[in-house]
Amino acid sequence: MTDRAFAVVRAGALTTVQDLGRPGHAHLGVPRSGALDPPAARLVNRLVGNPPEAAVLETTLNGCAVRPRCAVTVAVAGAPSPVSVDGRPVAWGSPVRVPAGALLDIGPAVFGVRSYVAFGGGVAVEPVLGSRSTDLLSGLGPAPLADGAVLPLGGAPAGHARVDAVPHPAPPAELVLRVRFGPRHDWFTDAAPTTLSRSAYRVSSASNRIGLRTEGPSLERASNGELPSEGMVLGAVQVPPDGCPVVFLADHPTTGGYPVIAVVDERDLAAAAQAAPGIPIRFVPVR
Amino acid sequence: MRTMPVGDRALLVELADGDEAGALHAELLRRRASGALPPIREIVPAARTVLLDGLDRPGHFARELMEWEIPALHASVQDAIEVPVRYDGPDLADVAALWQVTAEEVVRIHSAAEFRVAFCGFAPGFGYLTGLPQQYAVPRRATPRTSVPAGALALAGPYTGVYPRSSPGGWQLIGTTDAVLWDPAREPAALLSPGTRVRFVPERR
Repeated sequence: MTDRAFAVVRAGALTTVQDLGRPGHAHLGVPRSGALDPPAARLVNRLVGNPPEAAVLETTLNGCAVRPRCAVTVAVAGAPSPVSVDGRPVAWGSPVRVPAGALLDIGPAVFGVRSYVAFGGGVAVEPVLGSRSTDLLSGLGPAPLADGAVLPLGGAPAGHARVDAVPHPAPPAELVLRVRFGPRHDWFTDAAPTTLSRSAYRVSSASNRIGLRTEGPSLERASNGELPSEGMVLGAVQVPPDGCPVVFLADHPTTGGYPVIAVVDERDLAAAAQAAPGIPIRFVPVR
Repeated sequence: MRTMPVGDRALLVELADGDEAGALHAELLRRRASGALPPIREIVPAARTVLLDGLDRPGHFARELMEWEIPALHASVQDAIEVPVRYDGPDLADVAALWQVTAEEVVRIHSAAEFRVAFCGFAPGFGYLTGLPQQYAVPRRATPRTSVPAGALALAGPYTGVYPRSSPGGWQLIGTTDAVLWDPAREPAALLSPGTRVRFVPERR
């Protein structure tokens, strides 16, 4: 048991391989993809001494369990969750040495949605267009983890990074998203921007890596025309015919035909990735 | 030309039509190749817009853009790539009926046109090609197919497209090609990228 790899014992609801994504190919219809909570992905890499672009695992709500075939340093952060090695609790947010053949279990998120798991050397699946990220919209990159799958690990990094303390996030009472109106706010009634910024929205359970779907008052269009397809950015607040805003996340389509009323500040999207269904959302206009 | 801010790091440039959008896209690529553009992460042309994403100073760049002289698109500035096609799609007869011509005429008209990849979207390597005269625009199928095979040559609205891989789809299928539209291991991965000129050549059966 010396080969650098791990076996998937419990894949969880949805566990994918993610790195910083594959920006630069949107003109070919390729989504950017990548970790939905990039600060958390960078943090776990730093904890095990990896460069920031190393690939990590991104879990969804109920964690996952893997069995490394070699001794490896791991770290778990993002959504807080119980972490154990062969049934013994170990630290969340700290480097942990896992012996060869031991069972590393990341339990359900205590709050938040997505936990990140870094392994020293990174998950070494074959890159596609320069990235190891799983893109759920277009199917690029490795398939989501499945029970029994074996994934390769890269060579162990030279040294361990030293991080004294990891800030433990507090449970989010609400998701505050700063927005700038446009480019297509003029497709909506005069009341729509006020509706967006003053109403109580909630995170819908239909949210995924493509978009954060919301439930709340619908935004009404001023006209029923059809918008020719145009390029879409990360954080775009697109409004489909049902009127409920959708905030585009990393696996969003590169072009779309529903008008974008506003764009969320990229710095707020990591929090959006950790907002569980039912969490209240407040859209706050900035200039 | 009209520019609209998209968040604080992007700019959407709206043109009068697809040809103007194509001309701006071509000029952006020329200037980027000669090192005359600030760093831009994504340049995404679409039906009548070009999105510039990942710009440090979008407002400043929008003002600069207004000063540009943008040459109109010239037909055949580069050699068109030839895509071999069998015009054997299940909707060929329906398209012939919509065009009020015979199926043989559909083949003749479609293979005589020179296409340009206006933009990509829907799936990696799926290009929206313009070039058919306006009177040949067709509606999508009333009921989309749950599975369209890879290599299907299809029409919808003013556009021609080729499905890079099997997927659901509502376009009118008029033919099939064995050309590989998308291969991430190849450089470039997409056979049809924005700006590429394309001709469809009927295969002898």
